[in-house]
Amino acid sequence: MTSQPNERVFRGRPAAPGFAVGRAWRLAEGGGAVARVAGPPEAEQAAFDRGLRLAAEQLTQLSAASDGLGADILEFQLALLDDDDLIDPVRKRIAAGVAADEAWIARLDEEIDGYLAANDEHMAARAADLRDVRDRVLRAIAGSDEVATIPDGSILIADDLTPSTFLGLDWSRLGGAVLTGGSATSHVSILARSRGVPMLVEVQPEPDAACGEPIAIDATGGVLFVCPGAATLAGLEASRAADARIAAEALAVERLPAVTADGRSIKVLVNVNAPGDLDGLSPAICDGIGLTRTEFLFAHGAPDEATQLAVYGRILAWAGGRPVTIRTLDAGGDKPVPGITIDGESNPFLGTRGLRLSLKRPHIFRVQLKALARAAAAGPLRIMVPMVTVPEEMEAARRLLDETVDELQRQGIAHARPPLGMMVEVPAAALMAEQFATDFYSIGSNDLGQYVTAVARDISGLSHLTREPNPTVLELIGRTVAAGRRRGVPVSLCGDMASRPELTGALLDTGLDTLSVAPASVGRVKLAVARAVSGPRP
Amino acid sequence: MSEVWETCRAVVQDKTGLHARPAVKLTKLAKRFAARVEVRQEGSEAWINAKSPSSVMRLKAPYLAVLEIRAAGDDARAAAEALRDLVNRDFNDVAAE
Repeated sequence: MTSQPNERVFRGRPAAPGFAVGRAWRLAEGGGAVARVAGPPEAEQAAFDRGLRLAAEQLTQLSAASDGLGADILEFQLALLDDDDLIDPVRKRIAAGVAADEAWIARLDEEIDGYLAANDEHMAARAADLRDVRDRVLRAIAGSDEVATIPDGSILIADDLTPSTFLGLDWSRLGGAVLTGGSATSHVSILARSRGVPMLVEVQPEPDAACGEPIAIDATGGVLFVCPGAATLAGLEASRAADARIAAEALAVERLPAVTADGRSIKVLVNVNAPGDLDGLSPAICDGIGLTRTEFLFAHGAPDEATQLAVYGRILAWAGGRPVTIRTLDAGGDKPVPGITIDGESNPFLGTRGLRLSLKRPHIFRVQLKALARAAAAGPLRIMVPMVTVPEEMEAARRLLDETVDELQRQGIAHARPPLGMMVEVPAAALMAEQFATDFYSIGSNDLGQYVTAVARDISGLSHLTREPNPTVLELIGRTVAAGRRRGVPVSLCGDMASRPELTGALLDTGLDTLSVAPASVGRVKLAVARAVSGPRP
Repeated sequence: MSEVWETCRAVVQDKTGLHARPAVKLTKLAKRFAARVEVRQEGSEAWINAKSPSSVMRLKAPYLAVLEIRAAGDDARAAAEALRDLVNRDFNDVAAE
């Protein structure tokens, strides 16, 4: 076997396992400035039309989900995209050879200057709306353009990806991603794992692959090959085949109960990000849902009670009598929600997020509690609140739930009083877990890890401080398990650690007997449970 | 041009003047008609396109400003009157809409 003379090897961290062979594609950086080199006027006109159409679609969707002032502003912006006096001069400039984005910026800036010159606070506020719509169209021009031009089968190379960029790409056409920055614990990495998109992060030194150059990634082992030779490709194929064998084994045990080598029964539940995750998924593979995120419901502002009730009911129906834990809104941190979260906090991860935010927005929190209590009439539902720090917060949440249940009682509306549990993700809560009046504990190991190591989840280059299994995190998990035993309430773990078979043994050693994992990991985690022997039981 | 203009007048009832929300309503209504529809504030020279929200915004018509409305084309009369009524009832939707 001969190795290709041009082959270059780069190492990184596996963020989402898998293998891919394809051609490199580098994502351009965004920005509000002119980024295009003008192509032929017809091409620029087409890019402009695509941008306008995409921006209008976004505004229509946003507007449908908003009310009051927010909807008025969106309506105004939408009307501007269909305003001939505004748009025609842009088309004329494009026809004269100006790039689509440049022509758009010039026209809008002219308009914005006019508003600012009026010296009127109402007009100044509208100038901000104009800037906003200007940038939305610019992003749409750049985005639609770029996404449309990425060739099928490409492997993306970028410094980092935002969750919205990740979600905006059609991964069924793309092989995987290579990030020179990023981190294995970031939200993008979690998204990549749950979608089965092979992804490498922290690849250093910066890979020298040019756009279109052949590359291959082993995102299970953490290696990128530029211009891979025949021997490398054969090796990757062998690894992929071995991986496929394990996947087949995992599939075979997916519906079986999880029992350790020495006979201890372990419950394996699934995490749900949105109801769509359940499509095509059989509830027979799990012992229930250990974490249902509800942020998707709030993507365009707070949903009403009926909307929430319908979604919770659908999830309970899927579970068919298995327990379902639903987490109340966990906004803030890196998950801002327009109109609900607080903008401009200097460090949002240490700011008003999770239950802290819900307690400051009781009008929104009550609606969610009410919908949850009503849904609980139909099946075993548990409510979990995120980011609890001190026992008083748990008491405040419990009072609000009590009031909600009383109100439903008075109104004669069908409901049940669901157990109220806490997510353990702040080290202060893990250390003093026994002090909290909670009906169950669910450990959020992602945030617990970042808070106890003081290393942000999305930061690059500090992974030597957070190697897993991290003994400090295991210590805090063990303490929480012990607190749960003493108080006689259940303890589970729903963080990303639970989905990683290489960590299963260490988790079971802490005494945990309930894991909530990504649906795609159920089989592999059950295989890992079957290999484990019980650790020392405290 | 030998266009025949249907004209009428209306008074801005909104305390904050003809701002974004009214401007959107005015232009949406104007766009329902085939006629050319134009507006201006009483006393100013230039007529502006009543189907363009950005142009209507530039009127900066304040509370109690008198708006002149003119329309030309097949449904000119109906257009001018519809716009007049919309401004006079302070941009409130009527049940019939």
